[in-house]
Amino acid sequence: MMRMTTDPIDPDALRRELFDPAAGGYCSFEGWVRNENEGHEVLRLEYEGYEPVAVAEGRKILAEAAEKFPSLHAHCVHRTGMLEIGDCAVWVGVASAHRDEAFKACRYIIDEVKHRLPIWKKEHYTNGDSGWVNCERCAEHAHGA
Amino acid sequence: MKTITVRYFAMFREHAGIDEETLSLDAATAADVFEHTRSRHKSSEPAGHCKVAINDEMADWTSPVADGDTVLLFPPVAGG
Repeated sequence: MMRMTTDPIDPDALRRELFDPAAGGYCSFEGWVRNENEGHEVLRLEYEGYEPVAVAEGRKILAEAAEKFPSLHAHCVHRTGMLEIGDCAVWVGVASAHRDEAFKACRYIIDEVKHRLPIWKKEHYTNGDSGWVNCERCAEHAHGA
Repeated sequence: MKTITVRYFAMFREHAGIDEETLSLDAATAADVFEHTRSRHKSSEPAGHCKVAINDEMADWTSPVADGDTVLLFPPVAGG
């Protein structure tokens, strides 16, 4: 299951969806909004995503993970909109018969999600500036470099 | 000439000042479309860090574009 949402992510509820009597292990990753990036104090993060392609690409990643590290269930939820410090921006959960596949699949999914999904984040800094993350030209603008 | 709808996201949208536009272009590939929009909107972001989709399917810069296609230009992504 790959989902995009503007609502707060509830990891406990998502974890329950993965329960399976055949599962001997569960591994999850939560990406949280941090208060600092590259020396700049961050106030909040604004996430934008293009859902049709993000969901399709996310499903491909989950299928790849299932092929490489067979598990029982693997889900991913990514939030968009304005997020505050400490909010959960992305959640990945994997349930499998044994722990090794759960750890590996979880790591694979979050790494690929970060690099492949059409999702962008704009940092809003405490000094009033803002800048798109990973965008060189914008970073130069925002930081006055 | 081909009629191509170009959609801009995140910083590309802010830079262009529009969500999308329909252009009449002599373009063979997605890279041709990107180059055209770069000069049209005076953008300096290199294609190497960006991604492209055609008609809601992820594509490569060398992917061919056809008359009536919608090309989605994705600036450097930063999920998670």
